[in-house]
Amino acid sequence: MNPVAEKSTVETSKTTRSLTLVQAVTDALGTMLAEDNRVMLLGEDIGKNGGVFRATEGLQEKFGEDRVIDTPLSEAGIVGSSVGLAVNGMIPVVEIQFLGFVYPAYEQIATHVSRVRMRTMSKYTVPMVIRAPYGAGVRAPEIHSDSPESLFTHMPGIKVVCPSSPADAKGLLIAAIKDPDPVLFMEPMRLYRAFREDVPEGMYEVEIGKGKKITEGDDVTVITWGAMVPVAKKAVEKAKAKGIQCDFIDMRTLFPLDQDIIAESVQKTGRVVVVHESHETTGVGNDILSIINKTSFLYMKAPIEKVTGFDVPVPFFALEDDYLPTPKRIGEAIEKVYTF
Amino acid sequence: MEELYPITQYVNEEGKFTDDSIKEDLTAELVHSFYYNMLRIRTFDRKAKSLQRQGRLGTYALFEGQEAAQVGSALSLKKDDWVFPTYRDHGAILTFGANMPKVLLYWNGRAEGNLHPNRNIFPPAVPIATQLPHATGAAWADKRKGNKNVSITYFGDGATSEGDFHEGMNFASVFKLPVVFFNQNNGYAISVPIEKQMNSKTIAQKSVAYGMPGIRIDGNDIFAVYFETKKAFDRARNGDGPTLIEAVTQRFGAHTTADDPTKYRDQNEVDATRDQLDPLLRLERFMKEQNYWEDKWVQEISTQINEEIEEAIVEMENFPKANVEDLFDHVFAEMPWPLREQKEQYLQSVRSDQ
Ligand SMILES: Cc1ncc(C[n+]2csc(CCOP(=O)(O)OP(=O)(O)O)c2C)c(N)n1
Repeated sequence: MNPVAEKSTVETSKTTRSLTLVQAVTDALGTMLAEDNRVMLLGEDIGKNGGVFRATEGLQEKFGEDRVIDTPLSEAGIVGSSVGLAVNGMIPVVEIQFLGFVYPAYEQIATHVSRVRMRTMSKYTVPMVIRAPYGAGVRAPEIHSDSPESLFTHMPGIKVVCPSSPADAKGLLIAAIKDPDPVLFMEPMRLYRAFREDVPEGMYEVEIGKGKKITEGDDVTVITWGAMVPVAKKAVEKAKAKGIQCDFIDMRTLFPLDQDIIAESVQKTGRVVVVHESHETTGVGNDILSIINKTSFLYMKAPIEKVTGFDVPVPFFALEDDYLPTPKRIGEAIEKVYTF
Repeated sequence: MEELYPITQYVNEEGKFTDDSIKEDLTAELVHSFYYNMLRIRTFDRKAKSLQRQGRLGTYALFEGQEAAQVGSALSLKKDDWVFPTYRDHGAILTFGANMPKVLLYWNGRAEGNLHPNRNIFPPAVPIATQLPHATGAAWADKRKGNKNVSITYFGDGATSEGDFHEGMNFASVFKLPVVFFNQNNGYAISVPIEKQMNSKTIAQKSVAYGMPGIRIDGNDIFAVYFETKKAFDRARNGDGPTLIEAVTQRFGAHTTADDPTKYRDQNEVDATRDQLDPLLRLERFMKEQNYWEDKWVQEISTQINEEIEEAIVEMENFPKANVEDLFDHVFAEMPWPLREQKEQYLQSVRSDQ
């Protein structure tokens, strides 16, 4: 077997290709596998099958069975052995088939992945990425549709990233793989093939911890991420038709949150709607409120509205549309803060 | 099943060979190193217990009774191998080359206690069985790098009920990794006896499910532990994959200094087994029988060990005070703003107290 060599370098090209979000993920994984011999993909059905969403399609063929590994069906086994791989010099990129199946590995993440650095005062670190499709709205069976991000934003020592577009997905995933710390990378499955976008070829990074302004407006700040971006966007467009201009922000990273982009916008508008798919109580929305409280209290003109999933288990799909925030609910919240 | 996994023993309770096929591999040096290392960690363990009683260490996990299992398995490791211990395996890591003052620091609540120079010793796993997949992963990385290192991981009988035990073993066997799963079957998971832990009579038989060799050994017979573990390491280094070893042993004392074993077992009965089971006594008998024993040598090493431990205690107790900044500085490579703000605020408040 070849000894694992240090990095080779891939030229960054200025050209772009039109890709879906899931293709952008594949592109990022392929780019990093080619760039760095230490990168290994581990997951269920990711080899021959290319992953249930085809996110790893063709990669095993290209990079071999010792780089792209079909593991046993064992989330704690995948994440736990990745801890050992990472401390011994590899960069494991784990696919959890659906984020709702991360629970068996939760112990490994909570007790080791997130703590090895602190426990060993940085002697040992576990640079690894845990990627998983998440979210409701695709008529999947029970558990497949969960979005338990706050279980991880509440866990010190791990970053949480959630792109909503192909270009961000590629740039953020590469940044996550290069990050010296563990990253949970949430992929909105309902956006996997929802649209295409021009994505730079080759090495391309988007900084973790920075939000993105999608539209500019002076009246109301709308903050969301992931699969809720297109949903909120519809509400933002409707509001525009009624003369309400929204500052519309995609957070992209849920830990650490970009407090500057929030404060800058809120201090301009004084009115805020936070939208997220996961449950309301102890959701990431509350951290956004807390940032606003800290940075922008005296600028506020209306109480903040949250439009979120309810505090109920993500239901069977007959009711999932009722569970999820809709453009209508978001639109009502925008009007409510605007007319307060 | 039990008949399929007879207990391998070379030297019995009376210190006599039951199988002398290892005789030609024995050297005086090896026998002396068995005794020296077992005496060293027993003395350490007793001293640590007494330091805890004096309030000079935090809660401490005792291993008295398990010295042969820990020393015998750790002695043939090579410098670049990996050890994934639990909270009860500091006897093994000390034998492997852990820094003694650091081991004491660990039990005094200091993260610095996990930093053993020049050895791949992972911090002791506190959540039961979680270290098995880690050993598998480290072995996997070594296999990919194409070198001959092995990983060993230690765990108790209770750990075999956890999913991570099975997941770690399964991965290791599927990918044929150079890892040794070293079980110390001490009969209890805190208060729960093994009969209530599992319906199978042996732990070694669980290897069948994973298509790997499973070996049951007398964990109080250091010869059995040393030679059988060495064989497993050799197999692993040769690319023949993992082994599960069940070392049948006992802990004579409490689970930890916070535990009262009289609540779940008759301690007098345990004490009465000492004469038969104590691994150091057995080795002493063997050494006397085989003319390896010298009173003078034992006195010399006892003095030397006591001095080493006293010096380690002094070093531990003189270690600089924990730095408050360390609370924040090792969570991420680069500190994210929530931590930075929390740190600044806290440091200001600490300074304004002074
Ligand atoms: C996941 C988990 N559950 C419970 C505990 C609490 N606990 C600590 S030690 C222990 C018993 C472990 O027994 P065993 O694996 O036989 O090891 P031994 O302590 O005998 O060495 C328990 C239940 C724990 N540390 N981790």
